[in-house]
Amino acid sequence: MKIKGKVHKFGNNVNTDEIIPASYLNTTDPGQLARHCMEGIDKNFSKIVKRGDVIVAGRNFGCGSSREHAPLSIKGAGVSCVIGRSFARIFYRNCINIGLPILESKEAARRIRVNDRLKIDTKRGTIEDITLKKTFYAQKFPPFMQQMISAGGLMKYIKKKKSKIRLRT
Amino acid sequence: MEATITQKILAAHADKKSVEPGEFIEAKIDFALGNDITAPLAIKEFERLGVKRVFDKNRIALIPDHFTPNKDLESANQCKILQDFAHKQKIRHYYEVGRMGIEHALLPELGLVSPGDLVIGADSHTCTYGALGLFSTGVGSTDLAAAFITGRCWFRVPESMKFIYKGGLKKWVGGKDLILYTIGDIGVDGALYKAMEFTGDAISRLPMDDRFSMCNMAIEAGAKSGIIAVDEITKRYVGFKRYKVFASDKKAGYSKVIEYDAKTIEPQVALPHLPSNARPVKRIKNISIDQAVIGSCTNGRISDLRIAAHVLKGKRVKSNVRLIVIPATQSVYLQAVEEGLAEIFVKAGGLFSTPTCGPCLGGHMGILAEGERAIATTNRNFVGRMGDTRSEVYLSNPAVCAASSIKGRIAHPEEVM
Repeated sequence: MKIKGKVHKFGNNVNTDEIIPASYLNTTDPGQLARHCMEGIDKNFSKIVKRGDVIVAGRNFGCGSSREHAPLSIKGAGVSCVIGRSFARIFYRNCINIGLPILESKEAARRIRVNDRLKIDTKRGTIEDITLKKTFYAQKFPPFMQQMISAGGLMKYIKKKKSKIRLRT
Repeated sequence: MEATITQKILAAHADKKSVEPGEFIEAKIDFALGNDITAPLAIKEFERLGVKRVFDKNRIALIPDHFTPNKDLESANQCKILQDFAHKQKIRHYYEVGRMGIEHALLPELGLVSPGDLVIGADSHTCTYGALGLFSTGVGSTDLAAAFITGRCWFRVPESMKFIYKGGLKKWVGGKDLILYTIGDIGVDGALYKAMEFTGDAISRLPMDDRFSMCNMAIEAGAKSGIIAVDEITKRYVGFKRYKVFASDKKAGYSKVIEYDAKTIEPQVALPHLPSNARPVKRIKNISIDQAVIGSCTNGRISDLRIAAHVLKGKRVKSNVRLIVIPATQSVYLQAVEEGLAEIFVKAGGLFSTPTCGPCLGGHMGILAEGERAIATTNRNFVGRMGDTRSEVYLSNPAVCAASSIKGRIAHPEEVM
């Protein structure tokens, strides 16, 4: 997938309570969740974020609860990719599972600045900072994950394998 | 090949002789769990695929525990999705309000998870059950939906970190203090993607409830799981039933081995806004509180309530403090009533509630206003976790929490005993 977007930057250890506070977890609607995206850390985020924008974060992004509402709210807000120095494992899993592009790169997370314009090729793992005129390389996905990403997420992956696992339909 | 307990459990469930850290596996799961926040999403995904039946109606638990008793109309609708799905799929382990409890206290109590099992739950604190010598980890709702269909889940085999706790514990120190101290040492991503294996003579003497508290908070160090090998204490807790015991080999590989002198560890308090901001309570001066919460999947078990009641007996909660005591399950609730603990809390001026996750995640039953401060036996003190983004949460064990409610400020139990 090829992505173009503007950068919103966040620091270390941004947790899922900040991404989507628990008081909004009484719904699963991505549109409603998007209206409160990042509210615990930046009340204006949902108003300023534009379709295609990219989140660039520090260490351990998405730590805390397992709520899939967190990546759903980010995806619902129109964010096209999340780049981080490192990610909390359930958040990382959830992004892969719901088909929200997620890339790990220490260099990119450190050097990319707020409002920079990026061009990303998720398949090749390249992050081009047009403003900085510099290209960063994300960690490659292991083949197992690549399969799931190409299928478009876990449920589509399972559907594809449907004949093999004999779904009880 | 020498292997850790975690590698052995994962290998056994992936039908492999051995597995190596970093390897991707698809493993059979023994039990899958969802709650009123995470299961509705999983059910939506499950139904979107047009699957008629879950893989096994006896190996799934649906527990409405977060926003229950239903706090508002939206929550009621979420719970209704669970109820309808449980009915339609004849899910055996669905527990209605009045019979339910906080999931991570309830499942072990009902004996639904056993040593040697592989358990997943759409809740980050699913790692709690590792205290029983099993592998359990939190996943997302889509993972849960996939597990409902296939009875399987994908994993990257984690590296293990070994923690050795040596020596006897000080008075007022429990599992909660050991884990807060550990997270304080390694940080909130100190065990990222890894399995935390807790060992040492201090652990072999540690009661089951304290072991649950420790494994419960493995996620707060970023870990995939926490685990304690089966011993006599585990066997006594589990009782007479069939299960498989796994243990780490002597030469198993660990990414890190850390040793702690447990006898020097003081009761801990984690300051806002990260569980890793742990300090000895004695070093915290003049932090006034508005609320004290005793409960949650971390510290809402009977021994937690006994310690709190021991501290509160015959005393009064400070007039401007709200003490909220929430037993983790209905049977803990009943036991607390029968043992006279409930009476102690109420006579002290505290509230004694039906089981719910409620205030821990800022759901209901004790939301903090702007500028308010709480001490809680819960597991997270993130910004806005218990309410307003300008409120604060301090984490502690039940004795410190109870003592603080009496003093109206963060206090060591010795100050009131």
